[in-house]
Amino acid sequence: MSIRRPGSTTVFGGLLLLLLGSLIAGVAVGETAIPPGQVAQVLLSRVGWAAAVADPTLEAIILAYRLPGAVVLALVGAALSGAGVLFQGMLRNPLADPYALGTSGGAAVGAVLGMLTGARISFLGLGAVPLFAFAGAMAAMLLVMQLATVGGRLPMVTVLLAGFAVSTVLGACLTMLLQIGNLQQTTTVYRWMAGGGGVAGWREVSTAGPLILLGLAACAGLVRSLNAFSLGEDGAARVGVNVEQDKRLTLAAGSFLTAVAVSLSGLVGFVGLVVPHAARLLVGPDHRRLLPAAALAGASFLTVCDLLARVLFPPGGLPVGVVTAFLGGPFFLYLLRKSRREYQW
Amino acid sequence: MVGAVPSCTPPGQGLAVEGLTGGYGASPVLDNLSLHVPHGTMAALLAPNGAGKSTLLNLISGVLPLRAGRIEFAGQDLGRLPARTRARCVATVPQALSVPSAFSVRECVSLGRTPYLTAWGGEHETDREQVAWAMSLAQVTDLADRRVGEISGGERQRVALALALAQEPSLLLLDEATANLDLHHQVEVLSLVRRLSRERTLTVLAAIHDPNLAGLFFDQLHLLAGGRIVAGGTPEEVLCSPILESVFELRLTSLRHPVLGTPLVFWHG
Repeated sequence: MSIRRPGSTTVFGGLLLLLLGSLIAGVAVGETAIPPGQVAQVLLSRVGWAAAVADPTLEAIILAYRLPGAVVLALVGAALSGAGVLFQGMLRNPLADPYALGTSGGAAVGAVLGMLTGARISFLGLGAVPLFAFAGAMAAMLLVMQLATVGGRLPMVTVLLAGFAVSTVLGACLTMLLQIGNLQQTTTVYRWMAGGGGVAGWREVSTAGPLILLGLAACAGLVRSLNAFSLGEDGAARVGVNVEQDKRLTLAAGSFLTAVAVSLSGLVGFVGLVVPHAARLLVGPDHRRLLPAAALAGASFLTVCDLLARVLFPPGGLPVGVVTAFLGGPFFLYLLRKSRREYQW
Repeated sequence: MVGAVPSCTPPGQGLAVEGLTGGYGASPVLDNLSLHVPHGTMAALLAPNGAGKSTLLNLISGVLPLRAGRIEFAGQDLGRLPARTRARCVATVPQALSVPSAFSVRECVSLGRTPYLTAWGGEHETDREQVAWAMSLAQVTDLADRRVGEISGGERQRVALALALAQEPSLLLLDEATANLDLHHQVEVLSLVRRLSRERTLTVLAAIHDPNLAGLFFDQLHLLAGGRIVAGGTPEEVLCSPILESVFELRLTSLRHPVLGTPLVFWHG
């Protein structure tokens, strides 16, 4: 049986259209439903391709409230899926996800500390909770890399185990903080841990958006090495990859993307694990296509999940992480079955 | 980016290894190991398990960092070359190709072009041509669109060879590359490597377990024991040497190949 991979134009054209459609749908759906046509018209009028919409309230809802919310989720989905591709490819482990280096635990402890202390700091439009979450995630990553280094090298097994151990300890810290902290906002913490981060304004987008896009662009410089890592570390070294350096760069880049994402949205699970696999089914294992495909697919997926969370459980909506798992799990199983062949990693 | 890294163009010196000493983590310790393989010839390493064969090959290919001693190929100090430049010069066929089974054969062989790709992974027409050339040499062109996971062991090993050839090496290392193959495929792979060595003046260093196969295909045999080369020479010299018996701790008899007249060696209890 020979393999046929779909052409890049088809795949990326399709994924871009999907993302555009998801964003328009995400903006259209809400407490006040807005016809998608009007959404498109408002968006096009902003770039001067269409006449302005008559209703200024409508325009305000779309531009000031709905659109930044949808864009944040698209960015988070792209970042987590991209990070998932990096971690799975480099650790050569199908169960690796963006939180493999303890970033989720670090971010959670950071976020709760931010809520507990009620610190009134703000930087580049981000408040205490996102900033603390970001710092916590990055600190956890650095700790794991430090702990996993053996004789100047960073063996993958040690990375996975150290990441697991640090996550577990941070999980315990989190429970302890919640117990002794007498936190009034337990529900807020709980929502945050399920991806109901609720950061959704243009200030946040303008800070985190460039960071995520730059991070993803920087990852493009790693695709050559990621492909070579398919041959194992020794195999990668034999085809000229600077193994230790690129391992660290990949882990750092992936964790950075994850940290920015969770500081925006809270802990969204499942996206970074499953979207890379779905993208691999679509475009094959070549990271030059896999990384952008996963980022685009992840952006659409999270936008649609959020839409469903708002539609199915108004008015507040479910935290998006609940929907990603509920929707993503069966959808992924469907893809697996539909591909008819045994899924080959 | 591509132009910045010089390609490996060897003049005449071949591979010269001098004074490799020391242990590398779990790898066996080398003891002042020195070895010379003339340009365009084929040398086999015969060694008991754990003698340091793979350590030596991994030092030459750059998988392990060189700490003491010197490895030169074609007059260049391999230990000082950037990984990318070295990979344009030295390629290895491992005992088993380790690659996720979802890869097609072509995708897998293309990984051999890694040291030639731009930073963003861009391929040039040359890259595709070299991949096609390497696949045709290793006779895997028909398999190009098959999954690596569904081809036979012999085919996989030919894919590994094609991957190495796609690197356009001047020095080819075989790390027990034929150990998992049946007789037919062993002979096929070694014949192909020998043809390449002759036609394209490829220098070959191979770790191999079968002394008779080594004697048939290689110009020079080197006996590696206790981390150093204890004997080296033509198949004639090495296979008939009493050192072979002491290295493998076996009583051996050598005789002539009835058709080819080359030396063969047998265990006789």
